[in-house]
Amino acid sequence: MKMTMMGNYAASWGAQLSRVQVIAAYPITPQTLIVEKLSEIVADGELDAEFIKVESEHSAMSGCIGASAAGARAYTATSAQGLALMHEMLHWAALARLPIVLTNVNRAMAPGWSIWADQNDSLSQRDTGLMHIFASSSQDILDSTVLAYKIGEQVLLPTLISFDAFFLSHTMEVVDMPPIEDVDKFLPPYNPEYKLDVNDPRSFGALTSEEHYYEFRYKMQEAMDQAINIIKKEGKEFEKLTGRYYDLIHPYRCEDADLILVTSGTIAETTNVAVDELREEGKKVGNLKIRIIRPYPKQDILNVIKNCKKIAVIDRNISCGYHGIFAQELKSALYNETNIPVWGYLAGIGGRDVKIENIKEIADDTLKSDKPEDLIWKGVKL
Amino acid sequence: MIEIRMHGRGGQGAVKASMVLAEAAFQGGKYVQAFPRFGVERRGAPVEAFTRIDDKPVQIRSQIYYPDGVIVLDPTLIEVVDVTKGLKKGGWILINSDKKPEDYDFGADYEIHTIDATKIAIENNLGSRAAPIVNTAIVGAFAKITGLVEMDAVEKGIDSAIPRMKEENKKAARQAYNYIHK
Amino acid sequence: MAIKFRTDGKEVKITGEKDMPPMAASLGLMTWNKTGSWRNLRPVIDYDKCIDCFICWKFCPEPAIIIVDERPVIDYDYCKGCMLCAEECPKDAIITEVEGK
Repeated sequence: MKMTMMGNYAASWGAQLSRVQVIAAYPITPQTLIVEKLSEIVADGELDAEFIKVESEHSAMSGCIGASAAGARAYTATSAQGLALMHEMLHWAALARLPIVLTNVNRAMAPGWSIWADQNDSLSQRDTGLMHIFASSSQDILDSTVLAYKIGEQVLLPTLISFDAFFLSHTMEVVDMPPIEDVDKFLPPYNPEYKLDVNDPRSFGALTSEEHYYEFRYKMQEAMDQAINIIKKEGKEFEKLTGRYYDLIHPYRCEDADLILVTSGTIAETTNVAVDELREEGKKVGNLKIRIIRPYPKQDILNVIKNCKKIAVIDRNISCGYHGIFAQELKSALYNETNIPVWGYLAGIGGRDVKIENIKEIADDTLKSDKPEDLIWKGVKL
Repeated sequence: MIEIRMHGRGGQGAVKASMVLAEAAFQGGKYVQAFPRFGVERRGAPVEAFTRIDDKPVQIRSQIYYPDGVIVLDPTLIEVVDVTKGLKKGGWILINSDKKPEDYDFGADYEIHTIDATKIAIENNLGSRAAPIVNTAIVGAFAKITGLVEMDAVEKGIDSAIPRMKEENKKAARQAYNYIHK
Repeated sequence: MAIKFRTDGKEVKITGEKDMPPMAASLGLMTWNKTGSWRNLRPVIDYDKCIDCFICWKFCPEPAIIIVDERPVIDYDYCKGCMLCAEECPKDAIITEVEGK
């Protein structure tokens, strides 16, 4: 059923539709509404779940880890500083192979204190071993939550779903909410082979020497590799159910493009509109939205960009001392495979608005330029 | 696509107004987006909220800089903020005011409408005399002047977006709809 | 690699790392891992002094002190010899012996 909701509530309803059994969370702007709504849903008896009020985000993830290890479907949500405080436990969740779903509202790291959109918080967790989705609409947030459990519970990996503060979290828009009966058919109850069970006791997380640790990493990587195909397979299953298809990447008008813009999050949606305008001006520009950065969709990207002449990446994040993280990732994927030049742009850092005209300028500048650059500070006031 | 900017004061319900407006348009079969100016709100300080209405899903994710119309919930704001900033030529301004449109001068580029939403709100016991809730009267007036939304969609929108005093709110919207002249 | 038995009676055949769980989980109960072999100090209860307060039973971190016929008994299969019981005993009823002497 189509209805209007804020992005934050799309996350809450996504968790409710997934019939999560344990929610452990701590409030932080701009995430607060997600868990506030979930606590109401649980209190009203609309979801049979345990809602654990914890004293920090570190405890929130710890609670989810315990619940997931016991075989429950666990959910939490946070933002920025809260995610940073969770960091240790993210490694734990991933190495313990617990398919927890964590929603992170992308917010700039302090100081200066900020509550506005920026991807540095979640990209700082890139190497923890979580699958990482960047949702770009409220519909995407809701659907990704259901999909994350379906996929994560097959490959035994937790998933981080990130989306931009305010541009999505506090923006009301139209979302098609699938009936829970349909979701039930798609997402069966979680029943892992290895879990804390008094009737079949075993120890978890014990001392592991080099004799085995290396192999755990190997298996984690193998799970990430398998996830690529499972994401596609489940994407198609989900499409049969809802008519909406989700993949690791979503190219828009890239087939004949001379220039492909590479984007993520809400900037990707605005870029689709910018691409339409650029096309009307006769410029062959396409937009490649990266929806999932872990596992990294290298082959999919290579297939889309193979015939273009230039690539411009727009990053709402920076790894200071080098450059935009999506740009780094893309260049590492292209090396040894193709010689297409890549321009790296920054935009939207700290929640600065990225308008259609900014994106068109990036496209125009790249079309005119014949020398690729790693780091171009679009709109910096100096 | 129609883009609307709402000017109000913190606590006055501008954000809610943008959402009621969007809900009404959604009930009328449109795709919508409604959001506040992304800031930290203080009670009484000037705030802005936005609504986008389109026949297809809205993909633009930036804020609104060049609105087609502006709604001013509190007329005293006109002296404090530039309510016409970025307003498209030929755009409309809807002001909650007991004055007539000709009492305002924004130059020849804009179409001006006034509605005494405060009076309507008080008559219908919406909010208090000191802090009347003018959202729904404003949405009724908006429906009339733009013709974008039918009155029954406005009523459905109120049913869906307003938790309490639905009938009073609907009455306020209808009164504003009937009162204002296109 | 060896075939290990689970407490539920099921056999788990391990031919290599691929048969191991994907996370640091044991294949079943760890009762076969008799940690008593790690011990170099051995606590011995002097039952003449013992007043059956069970403080040792409560404090044993392993837990390798069990209750048999309403008296504390040290399970030397698992006692690692940390001597916490001797430290906590209010009647000094737990004597420390050196293993292997």
